[in-house]
Amino acid sequence: MPKEGTVKRFSKPGAGKMRKQVFYDNIAGYLFISPMLILTVTLVIIPILLSGVISFSDWNFVSGIDGFHFVGLDNYTRLVQDESFHRSLVNNLIMIAVVPVAMFLALVLAALINKATYFKTFFKVIYFMPFISSFVAIALLWRVLYHPSNGPINGFLRSVGVDNPPMWLADPKYALISVMIIMVWTSLGFNMVIYLAGLQNISRDLYEAADVDGASQLRQFFRITLPLLSPTSFFLLITGIVGSFKVFDLIMVLTGGGPAGSTSVIVFYLYEVAFVNLESGYASAMGIILLILILLVTLIQWVGQKKWVNY
Amino acid sequence: MRSIKLSRVIVTLFMGFAGILFIMPFLWMLSASFKPELDVMKYPIQWIPKTWNMVENYRQVWAGAVPFSLYYWNSIKVTLMSTALSLIISAMAAYGFSKIVFKGRDALFLLVLATFMIPTQAILVPQFIMYRWLGLFDSHIGLVLLAASGVLGTFLLRQFFLGIHDEIIESARIDAAGHWTIFSRIALPLVQPALATYMILRFIWTWNDYQNPLIFLRSDSLFTLQLGIRKFADFSGEFYSLMMAGAVSAILPLLIIFIIGQKQVIEGVAMGSVKG
Repeated sequence: MPKEGTVKRFSKPGAGKMRKQVFYDNIAGYLFISPMLILTVTLVIIPILLSGVISFSDWNFVSGIDGFHFVGLDNYTRLVQDESFHRSLVNNLIMIAVVPVAMFLALVLAALINKATYFKTFFKVIYFMPFISSFVAIALLWRVLYHPSNGPINGFLRSVGVDNPPMWLADPKYALISVMIIMVWTSLGFNMVIYLAGLQNISRDLYEAADVDGASQLRQFFRITLPLLSPTSFFLLITGIVGSFKVFDLIMVLTGGGPAGSTSVIVFYLYEVAFVNLESGYASAMGIILLILILLVTLIQWVGQKKWVNY
Repeated sequence: MRSIKLSRVIVTLFMGFAGILFIMPFLWMLSASFKPELDVMKYPIQWIPKTWNMVENYRQVWAGAVPFSLYYWNSIKVTLMSTALSLIISAMAAYGFSKIVFKGRDALFLLVLATFMIPTQAILVPQFIMYRWLGLFDSHIGLVLLAASGVLGTFLLRQFFLGIHDEIIESARIDAAGHWTIFSRIALPLVQPALATYMILRFIWTWNDYQNPLIFLRSDSLFTLQLGIRKFADFSGEFYSLMMAGAVSAILPLLIIFIIGQKQVIEGVAMGSVKG
């Protein structure tokens, strides 16, 4: 096995030819990656560096360059005291609960579909549908479904004898839960497809051996399936947590952070501060904090992959 | 294994029931878009409309006060251009990072990979300012460049290029083929399934994107469909049948693309994640 990605340079006599080849390879390499690199550097790397700089200022982008003053750590200390930011952060942390719930449901469905169903493709397509639909359309749909007085969900609840069904999105106590139900619904298909791929990688021999030893189906699931899926579960947990910090479209269209800030999350509050209140410095500080949070989760992933996952 | 046939049927039936429950919101949406407004919120739900008002509802959406067809066209334009550009530059970069040896390659790849972690919201403010300076604000080109600046395609396609044996490339080089020839004649055809997967995914993501158009577009004539439905919803207020007809119009084309390419999308998503 040659090391991946190394093209063995064919050996022709003459060091000059070799040098030419190396020179040509360098040029070609840079030319091939340059369009991507230029875009990424301009639109991602420079902006994140600028974000870092702006976060130490009281600038707003309406005032132009003259209005730029460094204020040290003021924006960051303000974040520590900001009630709205606290609530958004707490809401984000509560939302993480969506991830294990969706994973559990997806695993049960994947195991059933994998083991015991006809029409596998059909089921995959059905569960994947919300994942490919636009969040704007989904938000509009659920706004109607959740309608407190005569929406279909409460209509159903009343018909089965719930006299005072929750007001869902209109009630600050239930609004976040309502959003989380939609998040489970949209992420279920993705989780299920990944689990199905993981299940296909488990060798059948293990189950046959367990059958011979007389292990029950349930025992097989907990002793073989679950441990062997741990890398998949871990991957889903991390991507799910990172993803839950980035939910913007849904919140924006569904609730606009309301009622009374009960569904505001960091990315939504950041948008409000930046584009409604026009506080660029403060918004940038929030962006940097968000980046640090996501870096922490990713760090856990690196460490965790070595420690807790059994391959 | 023939003895479990019956249990398989039972599980299939159970799963079918769960599946119907799962897509009920979609069925409700479709059914609501066919009804007159008065019947939408009636309980028990009329899954099959008693009175049909489909033509009128969709006519209101497509030929009403909000220029829906213009938004549709804008979305098609931005999505096609984004997908094409993203595909070309991602494939080129993926080839460079996997099949060409050059100075600083791995360091640069790490740099590109690191941008994965940056949440888009954290760079909105500087991007916005830069776009104002560069004159890319309020233009479709600006949106296309933003969509193409994602590194996921590079990462995904690189995984597949790595699977091409170096001997193939080497023998092509002995025949004095340049990198561009190898890339376009040999490497690309070999990773066609991966290209199709990334193409469909990019299409879906760009089509559904709400955040970028919201922040980087100002003129109504440039609005994409996602901004359009939002506007239409605000405009038609409590007319849920019209709102649902708008939502159906936004989801349907994607659904068709997805059902045609479902194998590619589902396998691509699974492969890109499980391998990584």
